[in-house]
Amino acid sequence: MTLDVRELEVAYGGVAAVRGLSLSVGPGEIVGLIGPNGAGKSTTLHAIMGLVGTRGGDVMLGDRSLRGRSPEAIARAGVSLVPEGRRLFAELTVEENLRLGLAARSGANGVEEDMAAVFELFPIVEEFRRRHAGALSGGQQQQLAIARALVAKPSILLLDEPSLGLAPTVVDLVFSTLRVISERGIGVLLVEQRAQRTVALADRTHVLANGELRLTLTPDDAADTDRMVAAYLS
Amino acid sequence: MLASGLTDFVGDALDLQVQVDAIGLGAVFALMAVGIGLVFGVMRLVNFAYGQLIMAGAFALAYASDRDWPVGVGIALCFAVVLALSLAMERVVFRPLRTQSAAVMLIATFAVAFLLQSIALLWFGPLGKTASSLVQLNRPVEIGGAEIRKITIVAIVTAVICLVLLVALLNRTSIGLHMRASAIDSQTARLLGVRANLVSTVSVLIAGALAAVVAVMLTVQFPTVTPTFALQETILVLAGVVVGGMTRLLSATLGGFFIGYVSGLLGGALPSAQSQYLPSLVFGLVILVLLVRPDGLFTRGRGLVERV
Repeated sequence: MTLDVRELEVAYGGVAAVRGLSLSVGPGEIVGLIGPNGAGKSTTLHAIMGLVGTRGGDVMLGDRSLRGRSPEAIARAGVSLVPEGRRLFAELTVEENLRLGLAARSGANGVEEDMAAVFELFPIVEEFRRRHAGALSGGQQQQLAIARALVAKPSILLLDEPSLGLAPTVVDLVFSTLRVISERGIGVLLVEQRAQRTVALADRTHVLANGELRLTLTPDDAADTDRMVAAYLS
Repeated sequence: MLASGLTDFVGDALDLQVQVDAIGLGAVFALMAVGIGLVFGVMRLVNFAYGQLIMAGAFALAYASDRDWPVGVGIALCFAVVLALSLAMERVVFRPLRTQSAAVMLIATFAVAFLLQSIALLWFGPLGKTASSLVQLNRPVEIGGAEIRKITIVAIVTAVICLVLLVALLNRTSIGLHMRASAIDSQTARLLGVRANLVSTVSVLIAGALAAVVAVMLTVQFPTVTPTFALQETILVLAGVVVGGMTRLLSATLGGFFIGYVSGLLGGALPSAQSQYLPSLVFGLVILVLLVRPDGLFTRGRGLVERV
C-alpha cells in the first residue's frame, strides 16, 4: 500500500511546524527526509502516526484516511514507527519487546515465519532474546527497535534518525538492512541527519526547511548533496 | 511501669494469634493495594472511589443475605455489582478524563466516591444492612495451640491465589504484557498497536474483581454494612500504597500488606483501653516513612512516567 501525505499542516500553539507538505511512499520504495534541526521532520512522522493533531491536509494509506485516528489504530492499519531514541522497554526482555511489536497484527497467522525472517536479518536479536533490552548496546538496541517494528508486518516503516549515536559500522548495518527491508516490499520513510548517506540510499530524498519541502534529490546527487543542500538552504 | 508496658506490648505482638491475624489483615489490604496500584500503573489515576466499590459489593452481599439467598448467589451478585460499577466508572469518568492532569482525575474520583456514598445513604440509610451469610467463618480453629479464625486462613489463601493468578496473567499472556508495557511507557505501547482502551478496561475489571473479593472478606469480619463501609481501610491502603511506592505494582502491594500487617499488629497488641490510639499511631508512622523515604519503602527511587 502507498502512504500519501497530502498538503499536511501541523502547528504547535499557533506556530506552524509543517506547512503544506506532500510526499508519497510506495511499496518497496525508500524515501528520505532530511533538513536542519527544527525543520519539521519528526513532527511529520508524529503527525502520520496520530501523535500530534493536524491542522489541515490528509494522510492516506491506500484509499483510507489516517487523519484523526489513534496511534494504535494507525499502527494496526499497517504503519510502524521506529522512534527517535528507540524507546525500547528497557526492563522487559528482548523477546517481550519483540512480542509487543505483534500487538499491531490482527491475528497469529504467519507470526513464526515473520519472526524467523526478522531473526535472519538481525541474528543478535535472537541470540539475546532472554536478556533485558536495557542490557544491550546502542547498536543492538537499534536492531531490536527495527525488528520490533518489522514483526508488526507493516506496509510502511517510518524511521526517526535510526543512526543517531551509533558507531559507523552499525550505521552501515542499519542502512544496508533498510535496503533489504524495502526489497521485501515494505515502503520506508527515513528521517535522517546523515544527508549524503540518505540521498545515496533512498529512491528520492526530500529536503525540509521551516516545515516546507524545498528540494528533492535522487541518488545521482549523492556526491554533491552537502553542497546542493547548503546552497539551497542559504 | 513503661518498661513493663513495653514488654507486655512486645509479648502480645509476638503472640501467634496476633501475628496470624495481622498477616490476614495484611493479605486483604494487599489485595486492595493491587487493585489501586494496577489502575494507577496503567492510567496514572489514584482511584479514591475504590473503597466505594467494596462498599457496593458489601451491600450486594447484605441484600442477598436479607433475602436468604444462597451464599453463592450473594457472592455472584457482589461480583456483578462491583464489575458493572467499575466498568461504568471507567467509561463515564476515567476514560474521558484520561488526558487531564492528575489533580483533575483525583478530584473526579473523590466526586465519584462521595456520589456512591450518598446514593448508598439514600437507599440503605445511615444504619445500613447486615450481611450475615458467611459469619460462621469467624469461628476459630485451633492451630499450634492458638485459636485462629477461619476467615483469617481463607483471607490469606485467597490473597495468595489472587496474586499468583495476577502474576501469571501479567507475565504469561499478551494482555498482561500490554498492561506492563502501558504502565512503563503508554505512548510507545500505543505506537506499537497496544489498545489503550482495552488495557484500561481490563485493568479496571481486574481491580473490580479484587474489590469484590475484598468485599466478601471484610463483610465476614464486619457484617454491618454502612455507606462508609471500607472507607477507613481504603484510606489506610492508599497510605500504604504511597508508603510502599506507587510506581511499581510489587512495591504498592508490599506497602498495602505492610500497613495492614502493622495495623493488625498494633490493634492486636495494644491493650483494648488504648485502641483509640491506633489510627494516630499508624498515620504517624506513615508520615515518618514518607519523610525518610519519599519515593516509597520498597522502591529504588524511580520517577513517574506518562499515563495512557
